[in-house]
Amino acid sequence: MNAVLHLAAVSRVHGQGATEVHALRSVTFRARPGELVAVMGPSGSGKSTLLTLAGGLDAPTSGSVWIEGTDLASLDNAGRARIRRTSVGYVFQDFNLIPALTAAENVALPRELDGEKSKIARRLALVALEEVGIVDLVDRFPDEMSGGQQQRVAIARAIVGERRLILADEPTGALDTDTGEEILRLLRARCDAGAAGVMVTHEARHAAWADRVVFLRDGVIVDETGADEPETLLAGETR
Amino acid sequence: MLNGMHTWYTYPVSTAHGGRRRVTTEARMSIRQAMLAILEQGPMYGYQLRAEFEQRTGETWPLNIGQVYTTLTRLERDGLVEVVVEEAASGNAGHGGAGEPLGSDRTHVYRATEAGRSEVSAWFATPVPRSQPPRDELAIKLAIAVTLPGVDVGSIIQRQRSATMTSLQDYTRLKRTGRAATPQDSADLAWSLVLDSLVFDAEAEVRWLDHCEARLRRAAVERGDVRTGAASANRTEGAPR
Repeated sequence: MNAVLHLAAVSRVHGQGATEVHALRSVTFRARPGELVAVMGPSGSGKSTLLTLAGGLDAPTSGSVWIEGTDLASLDNAGRARIRRTSVGYVFQDFNLIPALTAAENVALPRELDGEKSKIARRLALVALEEVGIVDLVDRFPDEMSGGQQQRVAIARAIVGERRLILADEPTGALDTDTGEEILRLLRARCDAGAAGVMVTHEARHAAWADRVVFLRDGVIVDETGADEPETLLAGETR
Repeated sequence: MLNGMHTWYTYPVSTAHGGRRRVTTEARMSIRQAMLAILEQGPMYGYQLRAEFEQRTGETWPLNIGQVYTTLTRLERDGLVEVVVEEAASGNAGHGGAGEPLGSDRTHVYRATEAGRSEVSAWFATPVPRSQPPRDELAIKLAIAVTLPGVDVGSIIQRQRSATMTSLQDYTRLKRTGRAATPQDSADLAWSLVLDSLVFDAEAEVRWLDHCEARLRRAAVERGDVRTGAASANRTEGAPR
């Protein structure tokens, strides 16, 4: 299996009985190295659930989630936390930077949590900040930066240490059009360099930067564009 | 693009989005006005004129050279351009293309007349009317589909959305690569603005389709029929979160 991310017949049910909500219904989904996939759908279609499961922040009711060949269900909490730090980068609409830390410290944090010496973590952070084009802002705090600059820091944090799966939840949602496009350009470049990216968005113009666009409705993938391997349409193939 | 010998039918991107393209009398009008406006910069022959037009618009609206000369003939008939004979090496604006040698060193070019110049000014001064909306095949198709029993409107919408999304991906690829990504001159900038227009148009279509889908679902729920109006997915439970 060469997909960086593989959701195999994944379902997620919230609640029980009368209040039972099927957020995802047997969804099979892959993101391969070098591929940026956009997930579109109305609110309530399951797109955020898909991203949460893909990042190991939540577990499926049935089916399995694989990241770089590892079934997340086979790991304990510590193991999943380690995968999240080393393989997965998250980018959120509202940046989620720690206000008391500088740009460089925010970016270095996941590496330090992973036991890297702080000098090395800082050096890796500077490489990532250089890649997103704001190496001159390394010692600024989040509130001293524009939204676009903060999102660049968040992307640097998501890619530091060569993580190969980038999960982005409405990454351009809080930004104006031009700044949003710069952020997409960065995500695109990172995927062109070999990472796999999954981006949830409701804006068609932004989804158009992806290689593949997946449409979710009521927890089911109803269609996709640009699928080069049609078998990904066959939900549940690996059951 | 600079080479005048490409086929006139090539379309640089998927034509899946063709439903909204405006190929009516008004499109012919705008080609006529655009040609006249380009001629205002200086006399040109037909191939040059076509190259100048396509330099600014990509091959989004490919011009057949026959069309160019037909239009020039009409413009001449209406007194908006005149034919002049120029020395071949007189350095016209424009890029390459084969000229029309009359003798060894003379060429047949078209020049905007005074009346042609005022027509161009009037064109720029007048907004393009929306009073007569261009025929929109998709809007017509959905308008008919929602009134017919047994037509799965949800899947029409989804299929269209995927097709339009594919076009949008193609336009975006052209925008982020090639000469539109790093415009070197005003013609490149013009082309990237034309691409933006295609992007916004396709985006508007996707938004409209989303809107249609949401309204059809709401109408179905109000009728107590949760199945109709949904896309290929078959239930609406679990929607509110």
